[in-house]
Amino acid sequence: MLLNMENISKSYGPVKANSDINFTLGKGEIHALVGENGAGKTTLMRILYGMEKPTSGSILVNGKPQSFSTPADAIKSGIGMVHQHFMLFPSFTVAENIVIGQEPGKWNGFDRKAAVAAVEELSRQYGMPVDPNQKVESCSLGVQQRVEILKVLYQGADIIILDEPTGVLTPLEVKELLVAIKRLASQGKSFILISHKLQEIMEVADRITVLRDGRVTGVVDAKHTDIEQISRLMVGRDLAQMQRSTPKLGAPVLEVKGLTMPGDRGKPLVDGATFKVHAGEIVGVAGISGNGQSELIGAIAGLQAASSGQVTLTGQDVTGAPVRKIRELGLAHIPEDRYQWGAAKDATVVENGVMGHARRQQRFGLMRGRSIRKMVEGWVKRFEVKTGSLDTKVQFLSGGNLQKLIAARELAQGTPFLIAAEPTRGVDVGAMEMIHGELLKRRDEQGAILLVSSELTEILKLSDRILVMNEGRIVGELPSDEATEEQISLLMAGGKRQ
Amino acid sequence: MDQLFDVSLFNSALRMVTPILLAALGGAICSRAGLFNVGLEGLVLFGAFFAIVGNFLTGSVWLAVLFAVVCVMLFSLIFGYLSIHLKANAIIVGISLNFLALGLTSFCLRAIFHVKGAYYDKDMKGLPQLDIPLIKDIPWGGGVISGHSPLVYLAIILVFVFQYFLFRTVRGFRLLAVGENPVAAKSLGIKVTRIQYGAVLISGLLCGLAGAQLSLGQVTMFTENMTSGRGFIALVATMLGQSNPLGVAASSMLFGFMDAVSIRLQGFSMPTNFTNMLPYVVTLVMMFFFKNKSYVQEARKANESSR
Repeated sequence: MLLNMENISKSYGPVKANSDINFTLGKGEIHALVGENGAGKTTLMRILYGMEKPTSGSILVNGKPQSFSTPADAIKSGIGMVHQHFMLFPSFTVAENIVIGQEPGKWNGFDRKAAVAAVEELSRQYGMPVDPNQKVESCSLGVQQRVEILKVLYQGADIIILDEPTGVLTPLEVKELLVAIKRLASQGKSFILISHKLQEIMEVADRITVLRDGRVTGVVDAKHTDIEQISRLMVGRDLAQMQRSTPKLGAPVLEVKGLTMPGDRGKPLVDGATFKVHAGEIVGVAGISGNGQSELIGAIAGLQAASSGQVTLTGQDVTGAPVRKIRELGLAHIPEDRYQWGAAKDATVVENGVMGHARRQQRFGLMRGRSIRKMVEGWVKRFEVKTGSLDTKVQFLSGGNLQKLIAARELAQGTPFLIAAEPTRGVDVGAMEMIHGELLKRRDEQGAILLVSSELTEILKLSDRILVMNEGRIVGELPSDEATEEQISLLMAGGKRQ
Repeated sequence: MDQLFDVSLFNSALRMVTPILLAALGGAICSRAGLFNVGLEGLVLFGAFFAIVGNFLTGSVWLAVLFAVVCVMLFSLIFGYLSIHLKANAIIVGISLNFLALGLTSFCLRAIFHVKGAYYDKDMKGLPQLDIPLIKDIPWGGGVISGHSPLVYLAIILVFVFQYFLFRTVRGFRLLAVGENPVAAKSLGIKVTRIQYGAVLISGLLCGLAGAQLSLGQVTMFTENMTSGRGFIALVATMLGQSNPLGVAASSMLFGFMDAVSIRLQGFSMPTNFTNMLPYVVTLVMMFFFKNKSYVQEARKANESSR
């Protein structure tokens, strides 16, 4: 075995993040590591990458025991990591981002020409095209991911850890990435793949290790397993099959008429969007990210201004109205980007929880601390948000746990209309089931929900009606019981409806 | 007008530029490493004071400059320890440092020299004026360029040294990386705190030199609050020059020139208070024209997801 991690344990005070974990990786193997948020995957990988010291246990690379105290040690032993949050320098070029740490040059001089040449050679060798002279900030997320992988390869890694590599990619980019991983594995590189997306894992992995609560609950061969078995190992119980009842449509809650938003270079970002969302239905908006969905949500929620068109919420015209007024009229919003719109990173769990509820949770202008804590504590319990305490800053929560907190907060608003944008991004299967269940419950209680997601399975599972967006326009509307994945994919890519 | 814009005006402009330029380069190095050093004013003031103390104690100009540099580096280390190690807000630390410098130098002026307001000793030697052979004989430019203290020439050389360092060397590249994304730099095994301390110490060194030029360059004396905002001007020059050594040099030149003009105008029976305003008015006006576009980008960046 190329890599052996034996009896790894890691405690943070009384909390055991990893207990007695054994993990092995062979040459050319793609080994997936799955588990719920907070199951200990990231901790294990941080230990392997020298960012954390294990409380006990040993790491063997090529049979030799190793002790890593910094990432630099791990890199020297041929271990590279692509982090979930990209570790790139936006204003530097692609070549600079790849060679950093081992820059070519003599006498402390940095030979940028040699760097460009090295990157070109590397990109040819591994069949991952990049433009070495492009600034990273102008690269798409897919290319940035490629830069990260090339950086790790440049550092001479044989073991490559990928932490949630597909979370931010478009379906096409995901496909390319999976192909690239397989090709690299056939060239002798070994991968450890952390992901929530079980379909992708089934497609690419050779072996799968499942963690739950810091313990290994199963190591299975990808050929001899299925998604249900893995889910069971992850959650520790069978997932309930969700049944959607036939919708009982009420009056229209949201009406959007001819909504248009200007873009750069004369091409509108949203082009004449017209649709309705009725009480008691979930309308899904499908589309490759960057086709106007974000702007559409922004205009409805009052975060961005539309150049023309009208938005009506519960019978009142809210076009261009301030966010507060729209929210008071009955909007709750699980935003697509949890860090930009959904949370304040430096604020605590309680503080983030009370956002949007503050006006109800006050007396004479003072916050009602005890009742607020009780409210947030209830959500943390119900949604199983893994947090140190209610006073932990949310930047220390894993992305999935923060997402649960935001979803709980917005669902608790109890408004007639809810925008759920990427409501389960980065969330594990157990929590996904829970959030999906809550959304369906809200719909059955005559709530109107606009669901925006780049996950087709999510759209198909929850929506009663599906709108497909392409280049700012709504190019198709399908009832969900008639829609197929192929049909929607075609529309998303700009093809015509058959 | 001919009387205003003559050789000696440009000559004094170059002299006035030097403290601003040195301090601004220090600010630039810090901000490139991700620390916004608001304490330049205080560090320069310390430099000016300790240069005089060093001169008084040792009697040697060069030991005095060295003394000033070492002392200011120690003070910059306070800034570094608080803002890097203890993660205190760098702006607050910088502002405190400025007030500390103002109070401490005035206090020590009394404690050491038993004077109030200013210390002047006619026997004390200042920095030598270098007459550069050949160049000094060039009709107009020679008069401007030649006849300055060595620190003036050093400052100009340092502009190019820093330009080369930041954009042509590995160390400089890593310093830029630390400033751009410290988390990513750390994940690559780059020693982030060490580089940041290095930048802070370099800025201390430069501010020490700036102070020495101020108190030993033209006049050999120290007055309370003798920097009178030059450190803040340097801060503006840092921003205006986008922390780019050449850009910083250009903006420092502008401010130094305005400084010289304001002093010259006093000779034209303009009220002193009015002419003293001039460099600061220009600073404000410049901020209108050179909106720092990178700030817009920063704001945008800060708004983006940290995915």
